[in-house]
Amino acid sequence: MLLTERQVLELEKTANDIRESIIEMLVAAGSGHTAGPLDMADVFTVLYFHTLRHDPKNPGWEERDRLILSNGHICPVLYATMAQAGYFPKAELKTLRKFGSRLQGHPHRKFLPALETSSGPLGEGLSQAVGMAIADKMDGVRNGRRIYCLMSDGELEEGQSWEAAMLAGKQTLHNLVAVIDRNNIQIDGFTEDIMPLEPLADKWRAWNWHVIEIDGHNVEAIAAAFEEAKAIYEKPTMIIAHTIAGKGVKEFERDYHWHGKPPKPDEAKMALRELRTLGGKIRSEAE
Amino acid sequence: MLNPKLSLNPKLFDKDVVLVAIRKGFGDGLVLAGEADPRVVVLCGDLTESAHALEFKEKFPDRFVELGVAEQNMASVASGMAAMGKIPFITSYAMFSPGRNWEQIRTTICYNDRPVKIGGSHAGVSVGPDGGTHQAIEDIAITRVVSNMMVICPCDAIEARKATVASVDTGMPVYIRLARNDTPVMTTDATPFEIGRAQTVWTSRAPQIGFIATGALLHNALLAARSLEEAGVQVEVMNLSTIKPLDEDAIVDLASRTQRIVTVEEHQVAAGMGSAVAECLAEKLPTPMRFIGVHDEFGQSGTPEELIEYYGMGKDAIVAAALELLDVSRGVE
Repeated sequence: MLLTERQVLELEKTANDIRESIIEMLVAAGSGHTAGPLDMADVFTVLYFHTLRHDPKNPGWEERDRLILSNGHICPVLYATMAQAGYFPKAELKTLRKFGSRLQGHPHRKFLPALETSSGPLGEGLSQAVGMAIADKMDGVRNGRRIYCLMSDGELEEGQSWEAAMLAGKQTLHNLVAVIDRNNIQIDGFTEDIMPLEPLADKWRAWNWHVIEIDGHNVEAIAAAFEEAKAIYEKPTMIIAHTIAGKGVKEFERDYHWHGKPPKPDEAKMALRELRTLGGKIRSEAE
Repeated sequence: MLNPKLSLNPKLFDKDVVLVAIRKGFGDGLVLAGEADPRVVVLCGDLTESAHALEFKEKFPDRFVELGVAEQNMASVASGMAAMGKIPFITSYAMFSPGRNWEQIRTTICYNDRPVKIGGSHAGVSVGPDGGTHQAIEDIAITRVVSNMMVICPCDAIEARKATVASVDTGMPVYIRLARNDTPVMTTDATPFEIGRAQTVWTSRAPQIGFIATGALLHNALLAARSLEEAGVQVEVMNLSTIKPLDEDAIVDLASRTQRIVTVEEHQVAAGMGSAVAECLAEKLPTPMRFIGVHDEFGQSGTPEELIEYYGMGKDAIVAAALELLDVSRGVE
């Protein structure tokens, strides 16, 4: 086993804490996106608390792995995970989207230099990650550094995503690992209604990527996929993480209306109760 | 007379003046930059020879990336490479870079503060036979409006070479505007060059009108100045190769001494170099102006010379604009 039972439980607990932070910051902000951040909490948790080589106390550490968030609108999960990991105080999370905050509505590294990039306009992150991987390969892939790119399924409708896919395959970027949040929703509806993406795995294989499909809420499967990617030497790796949009709050799950709106105070209260009681399985200390 | 301090090409008015494409100077500059700094890398989108990335590719094959016809990807890939410590030059035609990939340049390069250099060839109607789709006449406008971006439009191949090398150490995104066609070499290796510094290339004892030119049309501005001098009109001509940051002190100084300014650029008059000059003067020293450039039209096929004449950027058009401005402003005085 890659993870011990205790590690699995700890990661699941951390992901749950991050989901609570996401709800708290969104209700305080009064705007922002809910579904994507919630459903990517498990992937972010495994990355920041197991897989990534990084140092929250020294964000500029030269040897670190790089993590590019392409679909910048899910930044609440990025910020919440970074705060949880110790990059900045968790109290700062409630400044999300407020004037003067380091936590811009879409990530801007001028405000929060620990970010690897600024993002928001869709379809641009993979290109940047490809550039990083090419540069690192030119320099001999120092110390086995890896470049991670987190992206959404909806943003694959941007043609630039496929320009980047082609180049990564051509350059055989084995130091590049991308993750698609396959939650099947976007602002206007379900992806397969808006613009069908399937067969998605075949598309990436056709561009010379190694594709792994996983349950995006199973921390063991997530960790194993990142580990498997390290063994692939001729291709970049694409992990298609099948997720449930809005995961963790039953009321929000699988409903595309939660793509781009925040919970109202009463909805947030309900969501936090559900997260704190693990869906009614335990009693919340807050009650 | 030509400013003797600038070591300009003494044969620049001759019929047999050496003609070299400005984009060629960029290619030479890439090689020099690559030799001087191992961080320099070059990216190209299927225009290696035409955009003059070939010389670099042959010398530094391991620092060259061919991305295919994908300019949006190219801009963002360059951003990622810059994040890893490289100094990337992206090379294509101006219509496609910074034309097609403008938002990628804005977000992933300028907003993201990554020191990517953008070499845009085939700017202006002098692209010629390829026609209007390939003649970028909006690129100064769309680059100078983006925060955190420098914009340079060299007047000849030698200045392009120097600008390319100088751009490496700016630490900023830089757009270098380049032209396709062979044009007169006006400067020499000895001519000083500094990003952000305008130069007086033609001087007079008591200039009555100032020309501010950018790019290869500086030559037409000089021809017009010489012709006006023969007619008894004293002119001063400035080479404004850096459009952003604007050398405001030099522009205000010229306007204060001449009281009249004609700007000359192979670009839309709207939001181009002349507009940048006007923005400066409107605030600091309102000055009567005329704008030589394309007036809200697209280009078309033809020879470079035919097109420059047709769109009103030839020597005679500059002379006429100057005389008209002198006439009008004399009435005001």
